[in-house]
Amino acid sequence: MLRNDLPLKIVTRTLAILSAAIVLLVFGFLVRESQPALSQLGFTRFFTDASWHPLSGQFNLTPMIVATLLTSVGAIVLAAPLGIASAVFVHFYAPSSLAIWHRRFIELLAGIPSVVFGLWGLVVLAPIIAQLGGSGQNLLTATIVLGLMVLPTVAMLSDTAIGWVPQDWVHGAAALGMQRWAIVGKVVLPGARRGIAAGVMLALTRAMGETMAVLMLAGNIVEMPTSLLSPGRTLNANIALELGYASASHRSVLFVSGLILMLVVSVIVIGVSRWEGRSNGGR
Amino acid sequence: MKSMNTLVFSLPWTVIGRTVIGRTVIGGTVIGGTVIGGTVIGLALLALSLGCSQNPSNVNADASGSKLSGRLTLTGSSTVAPLAMEIARRFEQLHSGVRVDVQTGGSGKGISDAHAGIADIGMASRSLKPDEADLRSNQIAADGVGLIVHSSNTVSELTRQQVIAIYTNQLNNWKEVGGLDQEITVVHKAEGRATLEVFLEHFGIDNPTVKADVIVGDNQHCVKTVAGAKGAIGYVSIGTAEADIDARVPIRLLPLDGIQASSANVASGDFPMSRPLNLVTTESPSQLAVAFVQFCQSADVHDLVKSQYFVPVTSESNVAK
Repeated sequence: MLRNDLPLKIVTRTLAILSAAIVLLVFGFLVRESQPALSQLGFTRFFTDASWHPLSGQFNLTPMIVATLLTSVGAIVLAAPLGIASAVFVHFYAPSSLAIWHRRFIELLAGIPSVVFGLWGLVVLAPIIAQLGGSGQNLLTATIVLGLMVLPTVAMLSDTAIGWVPQDWVHGAAALGMQRWAIVGKVVLPGARRGIAAGVMLALTRAMGETMAVLMLAGNIVEMPTSLLSPGRTLNANIALELGYASASHRSVLFVSGLILMLVVSVIVIGVSRWEGRSNGGR
Repeated sequence: MKSMNTLVFSLPWTVIGRTVIGRTVIGGTVIGGTVIGGTVIGLALLALSLGCSQNPSNVNADASGSKLSGRLTLTGSSTVAPLAMEIARRFEQLHSGVRVDVQTGGSGKGISDAHAGIADIGMASRSLKPDEADLRSNQIAADGVGLIVHSSNTVSELTRQQVIAIYTNQLNNWKEVGGLDQEITVVHKAEGRATLEVFLEHFGIDNPTVKADVIVGDNQHCVKTVAGAKGAIGYVSIGTAEADIDARVPIRLLPLDGIQASSANVASGDFPMSRPLNLVTTESPSQLAVAFVQFCQSADVHDLVKSQYFVPVTSESNVAK
C-alpha cells in the first residue's frame, strides 16, 4: 500500500509546487518589469508625489490604493450579508423546489461576464446615481456593482459550508427545543464559520482584482476620495486604462501599480490567515 | 505583448458597439450596416487568412499576387494599428505569399523603428517633424476629434477660451456659457490616449492642469458617459460620434471655430482638431512595402477605413514612382 503511494506522492508534489510557482513567477515578472521605475524613482515617490501624471513625472499611487480598498471592502460589506442570508435561506427556509431555482439563479449570476455588469452599471445604475449629483460614475456605483459580482462567491461557498455542518448538530439542537433562528445563529453559522470566512476572503480578493466593471464605473479620477460619491481609480483600472498606450518608462510605472496591488492583496491574505489561525488556537 | 493588451481592452467596446446598434437600429441603417458588415468582413477575413493555404481559389490572388511574397513588419501608433491589421488581412488574402505583422507601441516607436530599419513601415498618427525629414510619410486616413455634449444641451458652440476654462475648472456651470443652470461634468481621457494628445495640443492645455470629473478609457466609454449625464462634455473621434448619433445615442457634436464637426470637413482638411494617420517608410522602401502602402491608399480599402470610424483621404502617394 505504502509503495503504491509513491507515484501519487511525486505527482501531487510536482503539481503543488507548480501551482505555487505560478504565483512566484508572476511576482518575479512584476518585480522585473517594475525594476526600471523603482531603481530610477525609488519606492517612496509613489506615495509622496503631488499627483498621478506619469507623462509629467508625477507618480502618487496612494489615492488608488485607498480607492481599491474602499471599493472592494465596500463590496464585501454589501455581498457578505446577502450571500450568507441566501445560503441560510436555501438550507433552512426555502421549500426544496424554490431552493433549487434559487441556487441556479445564483450560479447564473456568477456566470455573467464583468463587461456586462459594467455596461449595465453604466447605462442603468450610473444615471440613477447621477441624480445624487455628478456623473454617476463614482466609488458608490462601482461598489454596488462589485458587490453584486462577488455575491455568488459568498453565497455558493457559504451554501457548501453550511451543507457540511453535521446534521446531528442540527437535529440535536432541534431536540433541545431550539427555535429555527437560534439553531441557525448559535449552531449552524458558528459551525460553518471557517467555510464562510474562506468564501468572504475569496470574494474580497476577487473584488480587488476586478478590473473591467470598475474601470467603466468608478470615474477613474486619481484623487483622495472624500465621500462615497467621489470618483476614484483603482490600481488595476489604472493599468487597464493606460497600459495599451504606454511607452517604455510609463509602462514600467504601471507595473509598479500592479506590484503594489499584489502586495496589498498579500498583506490582507496573510493578515487574515494569521488572525484566523490565532482565533482557532484560542478556542 | 502590447498589441495583445490593446486588443483585450478594446474588445469589450466592440461588443458594446454591436449591442447598442443591434438594439436600436432595427434592419440596420448605413452605419449599422457598415459596423456589422465590417465585423462580418473582419471575421470572414480572419477565417480566410487562417485557412489561406487550404483556400487558394481566390481570383484576385491569381491576377496580381503571384509576384509578391515575403514578410512585412509594421510597428507604431495604436490608433492606426487596428486599421492596418484589417487592411493587412485583406492584403494577405490577395497575395497568398505575404505575411504582414502589425505591432503597436506608439507613433514615436513607429517612426524610430522605420528609421532604424527594425520595421518595414512605421505607423504614426501625426505628421513627421522637421528632424525626421529623411523619412517618407504616406497618409492613409484622417481622424478628427470633436467635442460632444448631451443632446439636451442648449449650448450651440463654445469658444476656445471657454473650452480651456471648462477643462481647467474655471467654469463649472453651463449657464456661464449661455446654457441651462446645470453643473458641467468634464469627461477626460486617460494618459497616453491619442485623442487626448490631439485635444491637449489643439487647445494648448497642460494635462496636469486639467480638472476632470470622469476619466474614461476609449471613445465608446466617453460616448456612453456623456449620453448618461446631461451636464457632461467630452471629446471623441468624429467618426465614432457620427455613428452613435445615427444610432440615436443622445449626444451632439459641437462645431469648432465655426466649422461643423463632420467627416466631410475632416476629409477636406477644414476641421481644425484633426490629425493624419500615416504610414512612414524610408526613402528607399522595399517593393513589398511600396505595394502595401499603395494598397492602403487605394479606394479598395475605404470601406475598412470607414468601419474604423476614420475618414478616407485621397492624397498623392509619396512612394509611387
